[in-house]
Amino acid sequence: MIAGTCRYVAVLVVMLFSPLNAFGGTVELLNASYDPTRELYREFNDAFASHWHEKTGNTVVVRQSHGGSGSQARSVIQGLQADVVTLALAADIDAIAEHSGLLPSNWQTRFPHNSAPYSSTLAFLVRKGNPKNIHNWDDLAREDVQVITPNPKTSGVARWNYLAIWGFALRRELGENFVARLKDPLDAEEVAAAQEKARDFTARVYRNVPVLDRAARGATNTFIQRKLGDVLINWENEALLGANELDAARVEIVVPPVAIKTEPVVALVDVNVDRKKTREIAQAYLEFLYSPTGQDIAARNYYRPVDPAVFARYAHQFPELELFTVDEVFGGWPNAYRDHFDDGASFDRIYSPR
Amino acid sequence: MTPSSVIQRVRLKQTSVLPGFGLSMGFTLFYLALLVLIPLGGLVLFTGTRITLDEFWVKAIADPRVLASYRLSLGGSFIAALLNAVFGLIVAWVLVRYEFPGKRFMDAIVDLPFALPTAVSGIALTTLYVHTGWIGRWFEPLGIQIAYAWPGIIIALTLIGLPFVVRTVQPALEGLEPEIEEAAASLGATRWQTFVYVTLPTVMPSLLTGFALAFARAVGEFGSVYFIAGNMPYKTEIAPLLILIKLEQFDYVGATAIGVVMLIVAFVLLLIINLLQWWSRRHQL
Repeated sequence: MIAGTCRYVAVLVVMLFSPLNAFGGTVELLNASYDPTRELYREFNDAFASHWHEKTGNTVVVRQSHGGSGSQARSVIQGLQADVVTLALAADIDAIAEHSGLLPSNWQTRFPHNSAPYSSTLAFLVRKGNPKNIHNWDDLAREDVQVITPNPKTSGVARWNYLAIWGFALRRELGENFVARLKDPLDAEEVAAAQEKARDFTARVYRNVPVLDRAARGATNTFIQRKLGDVLINWENEALLGANELDAARVEIVVPPVAIKTEPVVALVDVNVDRKKTREIAQAYLEFLYSPTGQDIAARNYYRPVDPAVFARYAHQFPELELFTVDEVFGGWPNAYRDHFDDGASFDRIYSPR
Repeated sequence: MTPSSVIQRVRLKQTSVLPGFGLSMGFTLFYLALLVLIPLGGLVLFTGTRITLDEFWVKAIADPRVLASYRLSLGGSFIAALLNAVFGLIVAWVLVRYEFPGKRFMDAIVDLPFALPTAVSGIALTTLYVHTGWIGRWFEPLGIQIAYAWPGIIIALTLIGLPFVVRTVQPALEGLEPEIEEAAASLGATRWQTFVYVTLPTVMPSLLTGFALAFARAVGEFGSVYFIAGNMPYKTEIAPLLILIKLEQFDYVGATAIGVVMLIVAFVLLLIINLLQWWSRRHQL
């Protein structure tokens, strides 16, 4: 809590004094990001500032704005002057393209690896000693387990959580090569049956959810401060980063053997950088994420870097998992939205009285 | 400014010895238009031009989840306002009629919910009433869940409405001279009769005003309820939260439609209560 307050004060101070910098030939960038990237970008922004100073002799100050991924997207649509967005899932940046036209709809092709410089996955937080014996997604559907996860309608990580639960059920029904079988017309009947089972399984897990918070930070509060629930589904990077705090909060990490590969994405907001004349530097900023230095900082903050050399150096800190992606199992975000998150789709049907 | 004074002011221009009616009336209209009419008018206009009647029906009325949220928002606010009317009257009574040490302090405490950021009161209440909290833990063995269930919502709504009732009833009670009650007693009325036939009718108009204000405040409340409600669809999801959820899904049409329904409901309810109040004031003398 105190650390959080300090951060707000720091942001406030930066905001108060930042106009002064404008007189010194300083360029300012605004990075609109989601909640758990605070530590990552604090370190990365410093590294980029010194990199840029070495390269061009100019000073750059990168300001950060953090919040739930979806609300950040909405802020940008409604006029937050962000030069770059670094959000939790591609669908949120798609929404910016669709609802405001501030960036082109092919934004994801403009940076390597589908504009995802680092990835992560999901992990469980359970009470100290794991009293409910929770090891895999199966355990979340048990009747004696309470699960804390935010509302997938409003929270980025919650959408990953939801798809991870559903995807796990498909993996269980269809076996190891489930990704191939999902697309195989010969298996169509079995796949349809597996989808029904996955629907039931997901509904059973969500019946164990006592509170639907609006965003990831709220869910963490509910679990840690209010001590509600037996398991919290959260970002792997956030769980690993807070290892010391976790001990103090009397919780521990459990990593399930199968999970979804979460790919936070980055993009340039074209209209904003052109108006502020910051395109060149904003482009360099995002490219720097892919540089060895940028990748190293991501790995240090427990994001899985895309650069295999950097990943190899940090492999010890990432549990070995079987990972599946949204594209493989759900046919990309637009389909995932249509099938699961739009009004009246599978998530809504869990709650509608029959 | 109480709603009653608005209604009285609506009577058209009367010749007055005081100058400046044109100027102040013009300013009032301009001020109200800028702050109230234009934003709310925009809401209605957006609905009128961008949403077809069918869409409006499907999004804001026929959807069972939205209906459940209206029920919770309006029902919860009504119960909270009712609780405030009863207990706020008692608080006001104590503050007006008795002298005791710490009275000033207690009087000041009543205003706190006005000034407190509602998120603060929401978080504080949640901490107290959650199953591990100071108060919540005593209810947990009884199987009563307060935080993250509807009782928590009502507690939050009651808290924010309390000062409205106390502050409107207080002046009425102060204006009620004890001699009138003494007269009633000396004419043979029992304590209960004195209260029901003498005291209550006198404070009734202001009690209704307080009730209406507390109710209106609760219908629109978001901050504190959001933290204590649990926000489960069909169960503990209030209408203002549903508006926010729709917005975060970029469903501006759905959000606006619900907003318009809330606006109409609030307006109609306030109108009814104002008429009731006007009626009771007329029949009291």
